[in-house]
Amino acid sequence: MTETTQPARPPVWPMYRSLVGIGVLCAVLIVLVFDGTRPIIARNRAEALERAVFTVLPDATRRVTFALVDERRFEPVTNGSGSLLHAGFDADDRLVGVAVEAGGMGYADTISLLYGYSPAAETIVGMQVLTSKETPGLGDKIQTDEDFLANFAALDVKLDETGTTLRHRIETVKQGTKSEPWQIDGITGATISSEAIGDILAASSAYWVPLIRRRLEDLETGGIDAAP
Amino acid sequence: MNGESLWSIFVNAALVNNFVLAYFLGICPFLGVSAKLETAVRMGGAVMFVMLVSSVCAYGINLVLLAIGAPFLKLISFIVVIASTVQLVEMFIKKTSPTLFRALGIFLPLITTNCAILGLALFQTNKGYDFGQAIVYALGAGAGFALALILMAGVREKLELASMPNAVQGTAVALLVAGILSLAFMGFAGLGA
Amino acid sequence: MPLPDLPPTTPTDEFVKGLWRENPVFVQVLGMCPVLAVSNSAVNALAMGLATTFVMLMSNLLVSSLRNFIPKQVRIASYILIIATFVTIVDYVIAAISLELYNALGAFISLIVVNCLILGRAEAFASKHGIGMAALDALGMGIGFTVALLCLGGVREILGSGSLFGVALFPEAFQPWVVMILPGGGFFTLAGWLLLINYLKERREAASVMLQETPE
Repeated sequence: MTETTQPARPPVWPMYRSLVGIGVLCAVLIVLVFDGTRPIIARNRAEALERAVFTVLPDATRRVTFALVDERRFEPVTNGSGSLLHAGFDADDRLVGVAVEAGGMGYADTISLLYGYSPAAETIVGMQVLTSKETPGLGDKIQTDEDFLANFAALDVKLDETGTTLRHRIETVKQGTKSEPWQIDGITGATISSEAIGDILAASSAYWVPLIRRRLEDLETGGIDAAP
Repeated sequence: MNGESLWSIFVNAALVNNFVLAYFLGICPFLGVSAKLETAVRMGGAVMFVMLVSSVCAYGINLVLLAIGAPFLKLISFIVVIASTVQLVEMFIKKTSPTLFRALGIFLPLITTNCAILGLALFQTNKGYDFGQAIVYALGAGAGFALALILMAGVREKLELASMPNAVQGTAVALLVAGILSLAFMGFAGLGA
Repeated sequence: MPLPDLPPTTPTDEFVKGLWRENPVFVQVLGMCPVLAVSNSAVNALAMGLATTFVMLMSNLLVSSLRNFIPKQVRIASYILIIATFVTIVDYVIAAISLELYNALGAFISLIVVNCLILGRAEAFASKHGIGMAALDALGMGIGFTVALLCLGGVREILGSGSLFGVALFPEAFQPWVVMILPGGGFFTLAGWLLLINYLKERREAASVMLQETPE
């Protein structure tokens, strides 16, 4: 990029001076803006997450985020990365459910979603697509079709006797043929997208539900004193 | 972090989410260098090569930036490092393989500021690909770019003989062809699932 | 700053030229990637246009004020540094203003940095003119770019979603042309606008030829 390979006819010092000068100026500008906007962006993200959590857990009024530690217990965190759960509490500080993020391949690109699991009812109680690039008008019905979204108001994810696997894996069936509580009524015209949602939920719930049930007390008690 | 299979990454980058026809990256060379089939083939090869190089660079830069905790330098360092690396590679090829240089040479500097290259670097970072996935992603994106460019050049060579009103000629008809190609590529959706 | 080798121009001229005569999208056909990619709705188009205008204005100002300080051997590198800085700033500012908009525009905010229009203005204009002229040039070009984006975004949103700026325009029965908000629609809409402009230009040229011929 710099033309320093030329014979040393042009003076080198002004080049260094200007490049370093501009570099420093730019660095100062960027750091100032980054520092100024960081708290606002963090607050925006937290608010967006909060809204999504309260959508998939209709009864929740407060959210506490937990991280999975050592693959076996949950600890409250304020800003973590990796495997995170969002526990929702109602006004009396009772755990009403756990919101889990999941993702996978859709029809056009990856889909990411958030779903709410209620340990008391042993069902999924809500689902919201966070990002998807599904075909407008067809595949994006997974975000807008009310009949489809109604599937996730009560989707059975009961565990079997061993407590480590689901009794029935979530599956997507053809539109209008849903007969069992663990089935999702698909969308005609968005078959692959609605099946993708089913597969994402099935894989994620098979992993998380046993973990959550085994360590439910971490979530129930952990949230009281930790500030969201 | 990201559990996509390599095959799915490749198919998605090359066909389903073709960089030119679905993401609109690299439109300038796509319209500029697609008038002749032969140049299109060379340009495609050069883009694939540069994509591979910059993908490796971007992966390394991202590791460094994460280690020193300076994510805000991502854009600047991507563009500076990728541009300089491509120049270095260009000089290297010029010295070692004149034949290759003649085939790719004039296109290399043009490609450096192509948004497809920077787009690739940004997407692979956003998606959290590991090293192997990043390489496959770059190969897929490069192959998709080359494919789109070659298809386009084939169509445009035929179009040269067609008679059409003055107002349609040039960029307008190229865009129409690109639109039809883009619709055709939508048929690939779902392949990478 | 004296401008010995450039023809004298009025400030109005520098501002107006970007709007129509040298419109970056419709006439120069520059910066196509963002034009096509984020013009699927009027809001996205407007945001992208304003972000690009801001980056162009700031980089033109800085390049113009530093034009006697930057040796010409390293000028392109310096310009890229300056542009990348302002793009990074815009990226954070948009994320702070609206996360939704930020997600809708995605990586295309970062990709403003490789918009040839901005580097082109820095190199071709700002590095040779005073601060005031550079600012006017950037504003004119930026507004021209924004208007062009809105022309595309408006058409695509009206036909593809049946709304404009998110406000529904048609009764329920309207079946949106989904293709318009798909990638293909971007190509078609731009092709349509270019066709229209070429046609108008052709007609005006024909008319002026007629005018010249009639007196004789």
